[in-house]
Amino acid sequence: MEIQFNQEELEKIDNLKKRYPEQQSVLMGVLWMAQHKFGWISKEVMGYVAELLNLPFAHVEGVATFYTMYHKKQPGKYHVQVCTNVSCMLRGGNELYQHISNKLGLNNNETSDDTKFSLEEVECMGACGGAPMIAINEDYYENLTIEKVDEIIDSLK
Amino acid sequence: MTNDFPKLILPEIPNFHKLEVYRQHGGYEQFRKALQMSPDEIINIVKASGLRGRGGACFPTGLKWSFMPKNIDKPKYLAVNGDESEPGSFKDRQIFESNPHQLIEGILVAAYAMGIKASYIYIRGEYHKWINLLQAALDDAYAAGLVGEKMKKTFGIDFSTDIYIHKGAGAYICGEETALMNSIEGKRGYPRVKPPFPAQAGLWGMPTTINNVETIATVPAILRIGAEAYSKIGDPGHPGTLLFGVSGHVNKPGVYELPTGILLTELIYDVCGGVPGGKKIKAIIPGGSSMPCLRGDEIEGIRMDEESLKPHGTHIGTAGVMVMDEDTDVVAVALRIGRFYHHESCGQCTPCREGCGWMENSLRRIARGEAAITDVDMLVEVANNIEGNTICAFGDAAAWAVRGFAVKFRDEFVAAVKEKRVFVAPNVVHSKRATRNNLTFDDQMKYKPVV
Repeated sequence: MEIQFNQEELEKIDNLKKRYPEQQSVLMGVLWMAQHKFGWISKEVMGYVAELLNLPFAHVEGVATFYTMYHKKQPGKYHVQVCTNVSCMLRGGNELYQHISNKLGLNNNETSDDTKFSLEEVECMGACGGAPMIAINEDYYENLTIEKVDEIIDSLK
Repeated sequence: MTNDFPKLILPEIPNFHKLEVYRQHGGYEQFRKALQMSPDEIINIVKASGLRGRGGACFPTGLKWSFMPKNIDKPKYLAVNGDESEPGSFKDRQIFESNPHQLIEGILVAAYAMGIKASYIYIRGEYHKWINLLQAALDDAYAAGLVGEKMKKTFGIDFSTDIYIHKGAGAYICGEETALMNSIEGKRGYPRVKPPFPAQAGLWGMPTTINNVETIATVPAILRIGAEAYSKIGDPGHPGTLLFGVSGHVNKPGVYELPTGILLTELIYDVCGGVPGGKKIKAIIPGGSSMPCLRGDEIEGIRMDEESLKPHGTHIGTAGVMVMDEDTDVVAVALRIGRFYHHESCGQCTPCREGCGWMENSLRRIARGEAAITDVDMLVEVANNIEGNTICAFGDAAAWAVRGFAVKFRDEFVAAVKEKRVFVAPNVVHSKRATRNNLTFDDQMKYKPVV
């Protein structure tokens, strides 16, 4: 895929710049847009963003690698994030993670060969009242059991 | 019975998140009321209410506001902390979901009181859904002329302020106020050295105030009921209502708005329906994973507010209560917490970066039963050497959390070490270092020292 924002997206970035007194502040927003469009933040994407915002490549790389939600490698079509932090762990988060890991045949931070699924063990996602929980791409699924997770994952095409 | 308590932040009114419903119930009238007062009067009301920050440090909000310099022509900023990355804390998303306009109104009041040019609501990246919900509410408020340039006309004043949402991208440390500012500036979330304090040099070097989402959302409620009435809710040292997020081994986990000073046992047994299976409680973390835990046998009579928890060696934090029943392996919980802090340390300060790794490794050894009793002491010692030796409070948080378990449940740590004790070779340090001359290799080409 050619790494290039279209006119509409470039205008969106210009509007984003108006929110901040210094344009460097749009970096995180632009990285989000880039991840949305290109799927993940490759070195090429970092280079493109650096050029676009007139920032040093090292700065963009530093930011992109500091924040865990920017994918530094291609995730699957469905990026399954399982929380195993304390609240989820107390309610079976570890077992849930093991089950999903076995079901998908994936270890932490791995993507399936058909790029349909990727698995990540994540830290607290702020849904402790609905523990155990997982997130698939941007959607939260809370109060899970192994059966419910099977149902959710089987329903993904 | 919980219905008897006042609901200032999460009222049980259907569709309260909608602008028209919020306005039907007197929404944005508190800001109108605030405009009749001088900024100093508003700050004094917030001071008199006794409101303390809800992000964990419990700093008096009115006092924080009064630190902002007056009569200067530099732009001033407000950062609203909705990073909510503390494990066990999930209250702010309830505000984004069911009462976003009270948050926006609170920001307007704060902006007017401090002369804020623009406010940035920092929300963690995982909250895609809630960011969209708040953005929709914000768009409605802009369209209705309540925020931005148009508010001059709506309210007939010579003051306008803007509100923007800044989306995080998954870093616990960005909940720390100075790291949050760096993140808004498009940098890595590294905490800054204080001083200068944010009120002197914050966002882009300008005076900045950082408040938690819940703190700001409380402000319109204070104006509505009056500072005096608010200061009489709950514990006098830490008044008001708190959003308690209860998770772990309880029958009804969730977010509950209750007055401060409520009994911990009342919260667990009456509000949250007790522990599943009628089991006993082994441990409770009262305020998010950073706060030292309490043993189950000491919770009787403990009240949930900062002043009451202090004598017990812990804090209210973000009021994220995690309950663990009698079957919980506390060593495993401590290990999970240690692993979390090791993963999330930003890496600026050596005591934290290295210390958190040491803590995780020794906890892992203890959990596997491959440690000696001295490792439990070393764990506490490492924690002691992190605390107070770092730029930000992250190091303290990591130390408190791990040390809390190691001290309060020392018996279990020692048992974990003793029961499954595996004798490992003692770590002998030789005074003579190996040189090329005294080294030989065995048949697998592994180095074998000459004896």
